[in-house]
Amino acid sequence: MSAVVTVNPIACEAYGYCAELLPELVTLDEWGYPVVDGGPVPPHLVELARRAAKECPRRAFLVKRSVERAR
Amino acid sequence: MPTATTDATATTDATATTDSAPTTCTYGSADGSRGVVPPHPPSLLAAWHASRRTDLAAHLTHHGPPPLPGRGDASWPQRFAGVLEASGLTGRGGASFPSATKLGLVRSARGRRTLVVNAMEGEPASAKDKVLLSCVPHLVLDGAELAACALGATGIVVCVADDHDDAAAAVKRAVAERRGTVHAPVPVEVLRPPGRYVAGEESALVSWLNGGPGAPAWRPDKRNPLAIGRSAALVHNAETLAHMALVARYGPASFRAAGSVDAPGTSLVTLSGGVEHPGVFEVSMGTTLGAIVNRARPTGEVVAVLTGGFGGTWVPAGALGIPYTPRSLGAAGGVVGAGVLVVLTRDACGIAETARVARYMAGESAGQCGPCVFGLPAVADDLERLATGSADPSLVARLQMRVASVDGRGACRHPDGVARMVRSALSVFAADAAAHAERRPCAFGGAPSVLPGIVGKRKASRA
Repeated sequence: MSAVVTVNPIACEAYGYCAELLPELVTLDEWGYPVVDGGPVPPHLVELARRAAKECPRRAFLVKRSVERAR
Repeated sequence: MPTATTDATATTDATATTDSAPTTCTYGSADGSRGVVPPHPPSLLAAWHASRRTDLAAHLTHHGPPPLPGRGDASWPQRFAGVLEASGLTGRGGASFPSATKLGLVRSARGRRTLVVNAMEGEPASAKDKVLLSCVPHLVLDGAELAACALGATGIVVCVADDHDDAAAAVKRAVAERRGTVHAPVPVEVLRPPGRYVAGEESALVSWLNGGPGAPAWRPDKRNPLAIGRSAALVHNAETLAHMALVARYGPASFRAAGSVDAPGTSLVTLSGGVEHPGVFEVSMGTTLGAIVNRARPTGEVVAVLTGGFGGTWVPAGALGIPYTPRSLGAAGGVVGAGVLVVLTRDACGIAETARVARYMAGESAGQCGPCVFGLPAVADDLERLATGSADPSLVARLQMRVASVDGRGACRHPDGVARMVRSALSVFAADAAAHAERRPCAFGGAPSVLPGIVGKRKASRA
């Protein structure tokens, strides 16, 4: 089972913790808002992604199970 | 700008005007066939063109009664859904989504249902829904009642923006005329949400109906139906419902007599910009873009057309031979959307107009998502510098990066629309952009905008 990270753009207020914790998957745009690519999270980063989600002050950074399983 | 006044339609000559109205209503047979086929494809505005009257009696004289279900006719919703599917009708609010599929999604929801008529029309360059409500309000209400019956809805809510008073007054009169008659089996309420660009986005509309601020919602899974209170909501554009009223009366084959196989029926387009006769025109899907544009009589040589509205795309004059269908126009980089066409002639600057659209759209952000709040003004800044010949050497590259930064980064598609509009401008007006980037002056950059609604009452009324 793979996981994906998403950002709720309404909740996000550009604290940037996600990019600090997970630079492999999150970059910031010029205004400080996170950019994620929507692809599956590599297994070795899933735990870190969960931590980034937990640390987000706005609960805007989310880790979800991938809806479509990679074949 | 195109207006919702009846003058706007009075100048049009709908391609699909029905000369003789069928006198009997035969819809409702089990196989969805009908005995009466009008000599021409049915037209949305035919009743208006024939009588110049908007009342129920004139409407019924022209079209006959809407084929609503009889008492205890349990199989009617299924038959209606079948007829709708056979017609191939797609939504006319912008997304061109199959109407039968949308109906089915909400029909399968549990519990109560509400039908929402979306006549918000926040797009400044669009006037078709205002024209429909002003000229043929009963056709829209027929469609709403039919869809509500097919859905098993307990109520109909007609949403007209609070700055569209004439259209609201017309539909309120029509609702009052029908109340207590057999033509209003499901009660109708007319509501006036705020007239902002994004207020008509369906999740924003439903948010307002739920007592919220009327801002778009973040919906990672759009298959989940929207809800008003505990009632599942089906939101249909006003024009889509008017088409449904014709499909239900005259049948799918009649609807398909206009348009092409992949894009059946007629569609309303709002033409504006560099034209002598701006207004709303009913066209057969698949008509070439150039033939549609010519009906409003361009004031000069057409260099480009903004298709699909302020969140749409510019297409060059070379695309005027393309058939007007979502697929064909889409393949040429254009957008059918809600039927907006803004004509740019040789005596206007595409970059300057694009800057104005971007600035307007930045002001119409709901203010919820950072990339939209900060990105759209930044994109507009860059475009204005480009248009006025004060570009720095890195401007075009920075603008392209910023456009990529806003694309797909909001809860709704507002920033995506700006991104595609600006991208298309940089492609269609590439030579102008390059000249402006080298600070070469533009003869038309300071000219008044040809775009409708850019400096209008909408902004002032909110100040």
